[in-house]
Amino acid sequence: MINNNGFIGDWIKENSRVLDLGCGDGSLLETLTNKHQVRGYGLEIDPASISQCIDRGVNVIEQDLNEGLENFADASFDTVVMMQTLQALRYPHLVLDEMLRIGKQCIVTFPNFGHWRTRADLVFSGRMPVTKRLSYQWYDTPNIHFFTYKDFEALCVERNIHIVNRNFVGGRASDLGLDSIWPNLFAHTAVYRLSK
Amino acid sequence: MANDLQSSKGQTAIAKTAVAFDRPLNLACGFELTTHELVFETYGKLNSSHTNAILICHALSGDHHAAGVDSEGKSGWWEHYIGPGKPIDTNRFFVVCPNNIGSCFGSTGPNSINPATGKHWGADFPTLEVSDWVESQVFLMEHLEIDCWAAVVGGSLGGMQAMHWSVVHPEKLQHAVVIAASLKLSAQNIAFNEIARRAIQSDVNFKDGQYLEHQTSPKDGLALARMIGHLTYLSDHALGRKFGRLVRSGDLDAAQKELVEFEISSYLNYQGDKFAKGFDANSYILITKMLDYFDLVKNYKNDALATFSNAKCQFLVVSFSSDWRFSPECSEEITDALIGADKNVTYLRIESDQGHDAFLLPDARYENGVSLYLNRVADQLEAEQP
Repeated sequence: MINNNGFIGDWIKENSRVLDLGCGDGSLLETLTNKHQVRGYGLEIDPASISQCIDRGVNVIEQDLNEGLENFADASFDTVVMMQTLQALRYPHLVLDEMLRIGKQCIVTFPNFGHWRTRADLVFSGRMPVTKRLSYQWYDTPNIHFFTYKDFEALCVERNIHIVNRNFVGGRASDLGLDSIWPNLFAHTAVYRLSK
Repeated sequence: MANDLQSSKGQTAIAKTAVAFDRPLNLACGFELTTHELVFETYGKLNSSHTNAILICHALSGDHHAAGVDSEGKSGWWEHYIGPGKPIDTNRFFVVCPNNIGSCFGSTGPNSINPATGKHWGADFPTLEVSDWVESQVFLMEHLEIDCWAAVVGGSLGGMQAMHWSVVHPEKLQHAVVIAASLKLSAQNIAFNEIARRAIQSDVNFKDGQYLEHQTSPKDGLALARMIGHLTYLSDHALGRKFGRLVRSGDLDAAQKELVEFEISSYLNYQGDKFAKGFDANSYILITKMLDYFDLVKNYKNDALATFSNAKCQFLVVSFSSDWRFSPECSEEITDALIGADKNVTYLRIESDQGHDAFLLPDARYENGVSLYLNRVADQLEAEQP
């Protein structure tokens, strides 16, 4: 999906410098390197993911996003990417500011907690949602912030962040076009391209 | 050259060799070392295109015996990391580890005879810098008919050599593995080295460094120097875990407490004495100064990013959380500069309570990281083999 050949690739120029915050197993950077010849670096703290990055030959830097990104110079990257990590950060708004300082553009994806499945869980079972994509129990989860794409856009307005593009990915609902008509209900993942 | 030994049963086969170079080595201090000798060990086999060689750079007290068990039954100082199937895999790489000049394990150093005087060099051995070790290693590389190292690998002072290689001889290495190192020493680091030197020089048997001529040995001073150094290579936590307030002899509850010997005291004295028997005091002074003088960025307007812009190799940088001699911040400074200079770099910050010494000790994550990195290097060069 978006990791491999979707619209993220369209937003990234050939031979550009890409910083991937919370790069996981390095597959996005590997794809961008192979398809767009980017010079990429990934930040990660999970040892197993770091090992996968080394195995793939992806430049991985062991650094905790919650401890700041001061070591990266202003506008030192063409694109700063952060996939499915925003909800797990201690201070997402500060990291967003840092991303926009370091990158000429930023791409952020996050799980949309307004999706109908998570809403249904909360409404009908009275329990915090545990779905295929949000598979953690409330007491043991890396996802410490729950927000919808509307919440995110409100934050962008508040912090003067310019939304260049946005896209929604909704699994089977995508095929019916429901995620674009009613994204907060049918999109499980929101994808934003941002600039200052 | 005796590199035809086969490894068997997981043991690392050692080929020990010495080579004498007749052409002069121009040292950074301006002195011309007309001839010099290097003792080195090799492990594994050089492939037909001579592309699978790894240079191991030792640190302050290291020697050429990095791996395997030698004829005296002694294990190599990096035994956990070099050998068949180990992170630096001698089934795939030809691994070369020289004892560097100025040291005291057979290569030219203060214990050698100064051809100009016919006497031991002693304290008159010329001042050395990291660049001199690297240039001498270039001689060795040419002797072994290697045009380009698959990797130059080292911890501490060894990592400084690897970085120097990457900047000064960018065409001569594919990868640099820089472990627990720093772009330059901090004031605190220099201070510890100065205390160590003062300890040696204060020993009455030091005789201004000409102790060999006087047939004395500043063992006590050297032991004290090592005790200080050794302590700084460990972390408070690891010392607490291993020794705490354990008592080796005497009784803390008895009235005569002066008879009590703590385990840590016994351990440190033992380490100091053992080191003083095997190492040379002049070499210790020489090499600690070499550490103090090291400054990779000085010649590049103190700009680390500009320094590394010359490099062509890829980098693996590793630090250890409890290392307070060459802290993770030192390695992160290196990593940040490499990222800024657009170089390929992977950085691992290994959680460990073993202090600076962690770079020599077994650690699953550290082993795994180096192993994955170098296996990829081996995969690539084996694919390129004709």
